[in-house]
Amino acid sequence: MMNVSRFLKNVILIELFVPVLLLTVGIYHGLMQVIYRSGVIHKASVAKLDYYQGLTLHGVINAIVLTTFFAVAFGHATIAFYLKKEPGKKATLLSLLLMVIGTLMAAAAMLSGKASVLYTFYPPLKAHPAFYIGTAMLIVGSWVAFWDWVVVYIRWKKENREINTPLAVIGTLVNFTIWFVCTLAVAYEVLILLVPWSMGWTAGVNVMLARTLFWFFGHALVYFWLLPAYIMFYTMLPKLAGGKLYSGMAGRIAFFMFLLFSIPIGVHHQFGDPSIGRGIKLSQSILTFAVAIPSFITAFTIAASLEHASYMRGGKGLYKWIWKLPFFRKDVYLFGYLINGLILFIFGGLTGLVNASYSLNNVVHNTSFIPGHFHLTVAGPVFLAILGMSVFLVSQLTGRKIYMPTINTIIPYLWTVGVLIFSAGLMWGGLMGEPRRTNMGLTYLDPANELYHPYWVISSMLGLAGGGIMFVAGFLYFIVFFGTFLRKRTAEPMIDLPVSESLHPEKRIPIFDTFKPWVALMVLILLMAYIPAISDALNNTTKKAPPYKPSDPTPVVVK
Amino acid sequence: MIDKFEKNVIITAFCISLVFIFSLFYAMGAKKADVTACLPYDKSYETARVNQVDKTTYQIFYVARMWSFEPAIAYIPVGSEVDLFATSLDVVHGFDIYNKNVNLMAVPGGVAKTTIKFEEPGVYKVICHEYCGTGHQNMQAEIIVNYPKK
Repeated sequence: MMNVSRFLKNVILIELFVPVLLLTVGIYHGLMQVIYRSGVIHKASVAKLDYYQGLTLHGVINAIVLTTFFAVAFGHATIAFYLKKEPGKKATLLSLLLMVIGTLMAAAAMLSGKASVLYTFYPPLKAHPAFYIGTAMLIVGSWVAFWDWVVVYIRWKKENREINTPLAVIGTLVNFTIWFVCTLAVAYEVLILLVPWSMGWTAGVNVMLARTLFWFFGHALVYFWLLPAYIMFYTMLPKLAGGKLYSGMAGRIAFFMFLLFSIPIGVHHQFGDPSIGRGIKLSQSILTFAVAIPSFITAFTIAASLEHASYMRGGKGLYKWIWKLPFFRKDVYLFGYLINGLILFIFGGLTGLVNASYSLNNVVHNTSFIPGHFHLTVAGPVFLAILGMSVFLVSQLTGRKIYMPTINTIIPYLWTVGVLIFSAGLMWGGLMGEPRRTNMGLTYLDPANELYHPYWVISSMLGLAGGGIMFVAGFLYFIVFFGTFLRKRTAEPMIDLPVSESLHPEKRIPIFDTFKPWVALMVLILLMAYIPAISDALNNTTKKAPPYKPSDPTPVVVK
Repeated sequence: MIDKFEKNVIITAFCISLVFIFSLFYAMGAKKADVTACLPYDKSYETARVNQVDKTTYQIFYVARMWSFEPAIAYIPVGSEVDLFATSLDVVHGFDIYNKNVNLMAVPGGVAKTTIKFEEPGVYKVICHEYCGTGHQNMQAEIIVNYPKK
């Protein structure tokens, strides 16, 4: 248990409150999309918000704003709790300001309809410069927090040379190292290529270079979403189940493998792209299987920890022990959030391997199979961990009891049922060629339209049913989250994260308690994987593209 | 350092990954399934056209723009092998042939290429599956595979 300063408490609370407030907009647009797509309505916009504008809001808010704010807030809590040192005030405040102001700028650009370019913002579709600058500020803000934690960590390590760095701290620092390195590419894309071009200072942009830089960032991004959840799986879930972590060493190996292999695999999003050689695509496809290994390891370690926990509670048998786990206990509601995420991730991980499998990707690329897959990951373990931990931290930091604890315990189960139906529909549709990112209600699912495609009716209806259930679960979460803020304060503000002890005594092995050799190896693999990709994109693409508004087939004239 | 079960699991995970990677090469070698070829770009790809190379070999050069493909309809005899090329004149578009595992990106300044055999007669729908602006959901073309008229 740890008392926190008023300052840090307020920073973490703001970093949870702001993105969850915006998430109401993000989730509303999630619901709207399944309604548009299934052909229930045949409209381009509802309440003056266009389908593609809503899709941009849904992607940017849910996948960038919420996840980044949460990773920083959870990082503050983890670093302060485990190292017993609070992060520096100036850096923490600067980071908060950059993130909030940047987010407001990007939100204003999206809500005014001047940035309907989706969260991948592929040029030559052009957004308002405020969109690019705003998202860049959000990212730089998260860097500032990270640099400050590094300073705190180095100070701690000097005082504790012989003590094994806590697993949660290793996880947090690995995660933000990945984040910092991968966002360098997208910062270059945004600040050097896109901002001057969107201002009209440069005439054209090399589209293939921009796409390659985006995906340098784009796949590592998913591990940046995922690792906070992994930290919770390793350091909290066994404790919540009433047991111990089967192997802390496995956690260390997993985190350092993520450090090595999270980034040099981004080209697996570009198998259909021209200008990049087949050899590069094939080698990055194979590297993707290397990054699946830490997830296999995690699946075993966590399952073994849970089985052990269940035996401690009197569980028996080969499978019967499962029912001894605390699925519906209000006092360990976090268990429900985390275990449901893990169940979804079994399907999310396996479908991810399908996507990564080189020529097999031709079957699914850019079909609705892809959102079907990533709602089992980012809207699975990632989102559920964020929901559970945000309620947990708000309750502890405000000293208030959770509003409607029974509902809070049920939310992750409801959400999981919704996601499973939703993703089954989208993936089935995807295998029948249903495109992602498309307002299908206007053409393909409008019986009056000549492009009507009856095969996609049932699959998109499943998407609607699942999406509806997800919306209800999200709505209940908002009631619990905001309701908790409104209750009476009954305890002192504090942070008291559940801490799993190790089952076996863990010896300190120096190579798994240092970052330098791992980071050096990471940079080496990265250069080997990406120098050929970038050079291909530069050499095989001679033409540069002028900017286009999403609504106009003629380029924006630069005066 | 690592306990027995943990070690076995790590080895198993490696072996499973190797099976996946082997399947990938098998698909490439035995089934001739591959991703788009990498060609340097030049201006000639900006002209949409259908070429007959010999009796059973065709080339279709697709040009995508907001919000249509050219050629909008292409006629190909049954049993032909077709080289498909795709580029874009404005923003990024997708190029997906329904039920045919052809899945390309049409990117301005680049050209994607794949080869496909049409064994069965029918109307093959090509749809744009990458968001390309407000008219994205209208963007479709057709390849009509039929027996040549005598």
